[in-house]
Amino acid sequence: MKSIADLEKIRQATLSKVNLRRESEGTRIVVGMATCGIAAGARPVMNAFVDEVAKRNLMDVTVAQTGCIGMCRYEPIVEILAPGKEKVTYVHVKPEMVPRIVNDHVVNGNPVVEYTISNAE
Amino acid sequence: MELFRSTILVCGGTGCSSSGSMKLYERFEELLASNGLDKEVKLVRTGCFGLCAAGPVVIIYPEGAFYSHVKLEDIDEIVSEHLIKGRVVTRLLYKDEAKSQELKPLDEINFYQKQKRVVLRNCGVIDPENIDEYIAFDGYKALAKVLTEMTREQVQQEILASGLRGRGGAGFPTGLKWKFAMGSTGKKYVCCNADEGDPGAFMDRSVLEGDPHAVLEAMAIAGYCIGSDEGYIYVRAEYPIAVKRLEIAIAQAREYGLLGEHIFGTDFNFDIHIRLGAGAFVCGEETALMNSIEGKRGEPRPRPPFPAVKGLFQKPSILNNVETYANIAQIILKGADWFKSMGTEKSTGTKIFALGGKINNSGLVEIPMGTTLREIIYDIGGGCPNGKAFKAVQTGGPSGGCLPASMLDTPIDYDNLIAAGSMMGSGGMIVMDEDNCMVDIARFFLDFTVDESCGKCTPCRVGTRRMLDILNRICDGKGEDGDIERLEDLAQSIKASALCGLGQTAPNPVLSTIKQFRNEYEAHIYEKRCPAGVCKNLMRYVIDPEKCKGCTLCARNCPVGCISGTVKQPHTIDQSKCIKCGTCMEKCKFGAISKK
Repeated sequence: MKSIADLEKIRQATLSKVNLRRESEGTRIVVGMATCGIAAGARPVMNAFVDEVAKRNLMDVTVAQTGCIGMCRYEPIVEILAPGKEKVTYVHVKPEMVPRIVNDHVVNGNPVVEYTISNAE
Repeated sequence: MELFRSTILVCGGTGCSSSGSMKLYERFEELLASNGLDKEVKLVRTGCFGLCAAGPVVIIYPEGAFYSHVKLEDIDEIVSEHLIKGRVVTRLLYKDEAKSQELKPLDEINFYQKQKRVVLRNCGVIDPENIDEYIAFDGYKALAKVLTEMTREQVQQEILASGLRGRGGAGFPTGLKWKFAMGSTGKKYVCCNADEGDPGAFMDRSVLEGDPHAVLEAMAIAGYCIGSDEGYIYVRAEYPIAVKRLEIAIAQAREYGLLGEHIFGTDFNFDIHIRLGAGAFVCGEETALMNSIEGKRGEPRPRPPFPAVKGLFQKPSILNNVETYANIAQIILKGADWFKSMGTEKSTGTKIFALGGKINNSGLVEIPMGTTLREIIYDIGGGCPNGKAFKAVQTGGPSGGCLPASMLDTPIDYDNLIAAGSMMGSGGMIVMDEDNCMVDIARFFLDFTVDESCGKCTPCRVGTRRMLDILNRICDGKGEDGDIERLEDLAQSIKASALCGLGQTAPNPVLSTIKQFRNEYEAHIYEKRCPAGVCKNLMRYVIDPEKCKGCTLCARNCPVGCISGTVKQPHTIDQSKCIKCGTCMEKCKFGAISKK
């Protein structure tokens, strides 16, 4: 290593790996990962969120998993909790939907209404 | 790039390792692989989390679930429930969390709430064997800043302005120490004192195990400041995990060019060596430590000349404690004013204490200076176990003293503790309850210093031995009128004439217990009684004839057969044969036997 730029490069490269361990106050993306969720395909959805968040280098966003939310017929369910805003629940989420949710909702603050539970009902 | 949705942190500190955390780590590794989760979940072995009483500790992020007392057979459940199905295993959560049935962020757990983790910021967060993770948390940024933006004088002034004082115990201003060594020219050395010898203190070990690069970085900064290109870390051979992680850290830093020649492309060269100590207490004293590094007997040298003039290999040297170094990089990055914003006017920053003895949450705590003893012992430590009454807290190890309940509201800093008759020391904090005999405690610490005296100077070699003789006599019930005064007399002469810190402070535990608990000494000497019931020769078990039903249970269980009596008649204990094991009292169903 010869310069501060080299140090910064290593820092940036590792930051995304250790970011989960920081206590963050930003947005939480919670994926239902109970048996019902996994059976309905929650795992690829979860991984898609992780990839998308990392790709955009969103440092204060965490992707977390949770148990059965209770509406198994709507799985995979994803809840997005942004500080100071009401919880938004997405249902029947597929990996293809993830980039749009992250872009419109997480980054720009506009929930994708057509994917939400209110639309499904 | 690998990405993970979840991170498992398994504590790899000495406390948790000895309660089996390595096996947990291996089992996690197996299960993650067999469930195909090894690409999704990252497994990290970290340094100490501090809450050693709850060990082995496992934390899973992003939920921040804090699992305590984890057993090998629990791992399957954690993997299948938490990692696969996303359901936190409430049963295994730390009791604070389990009670409320919901996850709290770590810093809201009582144990962590009042703490301020500056030195321990990376312990339990990063993988200490991976330099990249240290760098991710701003590691080596301070070294880069110092080498490219600051002059040597600016570094020294920043440290001085921060008010940082030596965390090894004496509390000498670090910036001043560095200044003394800056003046001279030629070969100089930077030394790190990791010879943590106080009984009950383990903060330096935890820093080395959890965040070794913080010490390496700070030593390099110190090297730049005083104009040295070589450092030595003197660490106890009893700390194998710390030594191993230091070796890994040094190798990684060399590989990255953060140690070696032309660091960050500048003219600054610095390298670090490790020297293992054999565990002699006196080698924590600076001149004895330097002798030991040189391969000589670990005996102190007379001062002056001070190490800043003639230290290691007769060259100007500085020696700082592990915890002192662990503050340096943060002061450089965040500034002296930030550091001064914590703590009290004369004692800035935070201090780590190793909480032990009769306390519920034994472990490592880091608090801002000025926090009261009461907050540490009750709010963080959770008070004495089994509802026993708090009696005293011992700080400063064999060089310190005992503080009674009346001093619980003393804000902790260097000067207050000395005024109260104890000292900061390296930060061991041993809590004692009503069952501890203060004369016996003084005897314990003196016994330690008598063993550890190097024997070079007479006051320490002979004087402490004579004091121990008197204390042994008092505890055996052979104390005489005038013993207390003789102890005080001897103590003053030893303090005034011993060569090094070990001898000069050795009488402190005796003096402070005499000052705070004189009545206990008097009870031992004049009434031949040990109020706490610890000194065996001063206590006896007696059977209350009114309560004794003559069931013979005690007589049947007595290992030496000293209890006699006929069935259904009150029994008696033959005091000349009794070995005071206490079995009879434990066995009696009627509460007829008591200690006197």
